[in-house]
Amino acid sequence: MTIALQPSLDLVVGAGDGALVRIPAGRTLRIVDLHGNQAVDTLFYDAEDIGHRYSAFDTIREQRSVYLTTGSRLLSNRLEELAVITDDTCGRHDTIGGACSQESNVVRYGWHTRHQHACRQAFLKYGAAAGIGQRELGPNINFFMNVPVDSHGGLHFDDGLSGPGKHVDVTATRDLLALVSNCPQLNNPCNGWDPTSVRLRGDW
Amino acid sequence: MSRVHELPGGACFSLRLAAGQTLRMTSSSPDTNVTMQVFAADRLDRLNVPDTMKAQMSGCITAPMVLMSDRGCALLSVVESTLPAHDCLGGMSHDRHVDAFGLTSYARDRNGWRRSSYALLTLELAKHGLGEADLHAPVNWFSHVPVEEGSARLGAVRQGSAGERVTLRADLDVLVVLSTAIHPLADGPATGGVTLEVGVHDGPDPSAPWREESARSLEMSAWARAAVPA
Repeated sequence: MTIALQPSLDLVVGAGDGALVRIPAGRTLRIVDLHGNQAVDTLFYDAEDIGHRYSAFDTIREQRSVYLTTGSRLLSNRLEELAVITDDTCGRHDTIGGACSQESNVVRYGWHTRHQHACRQAFLKYGAAAGIGQRELGPNINFFMNVPVDSHGGLHFDDGLSGPGKHVDVTATRDLLALVSNCPQLNNPCNGWDPTSVRLRGDW
Repeated sequence: MSRVHELPGGACFSLRLAAGQTLRMTSSSPDTNVTMQVFAADRLDRLNVPDTMKAQMSGCITAPMVLMSDRGCALLSVVESTLPAHDCLGGMSHDRHVDAFGLTSYARDRNGWRRSSYALLTLELAKHGLGEADLHAPVNWFSHVPVEEGSARLGAVRQGSAGERVTLRADLDVLVVLSTAIHPLADGPATGGVTLEVGVHDGPDPSAPWREESARSLEMSAWARAAVPA
């Protein structure tokens, strides 16, 4: 299924909503954290082949760095470059923490959270138009999210480093699809306890 | 009755475990690395490394963590490990990592040819009707990639010695697919084998009382088991 390129892109994605956008090769998607401390869960796919997709652990291993920031190359499951982070006023972004799901909310917070909205719901909803389903969902990027890893192997979810108006620019190396969930998580500080809207702007 | 298989280095294997069965893996060499993929019985629900890490607040795999699926189920529990940590950040080796130590081929090297986990696992998955889309972030048993203090940079991979042991218990009926190709951060082409022994878990469960999250994931597995008619 082909997802058409929008002639121009300037989209405000509300809290808990998502989007599937096409980024042409050489062009840049800017994601703006309008109100601060808002995690933007994002996956990238080769627009011509959804089997060729972003791979978080290949990306961090090849660059030996757990965090993403300006200059980070976003690599695929075939070790090809899909995109580069070309500007970042936040400082660093997580790619090992994954996306929230209704089921992982149960595991982390208890059965009372089973029917709360979650990122995986938005990924499945917006991915469907491109044939992106359960099998095509792998570990994602959490733009503006702060997950420090310590040398003892511990993992912590901290308050974000982001603030109102901070942005990150992602420049596509090839025609890409970006699948975005503007995280609805209410049970930890990744959205400052109050999910808010973000803006997606294309430079084309 | 127990099943035992000697998996050599640089090879790939798959096996099914029924809920309650154990898989004991014993390394035969300091070079042993076992890159693992895990699927539930429907072959759709599968290991989710980020969820496994964040629910149990760990950047590596240790006993008695549970390995969680996309749907929150405990697939396998680490009931015992002689090593303090196993890697889950490094991903799997690709041809590029293997070829960096020199090209090999079947024509020249016969069964001594070297292949990557990506290549081997893709072939093994095909035997189960699965493919590249089903490859997921693995656990690399017997390998550990430390994260350097302050910088969050990945250090060099460290491996165990011969005779290290890990015992996993299946919490659902699972398909386990394993590759003994090199870890992608290995500094040489040497690989080591692993002895696989299937048994039955009959001791106390160290995972359920460990963390609330581990217990709830085991509870999710109980729900998933109940959904399948006996």
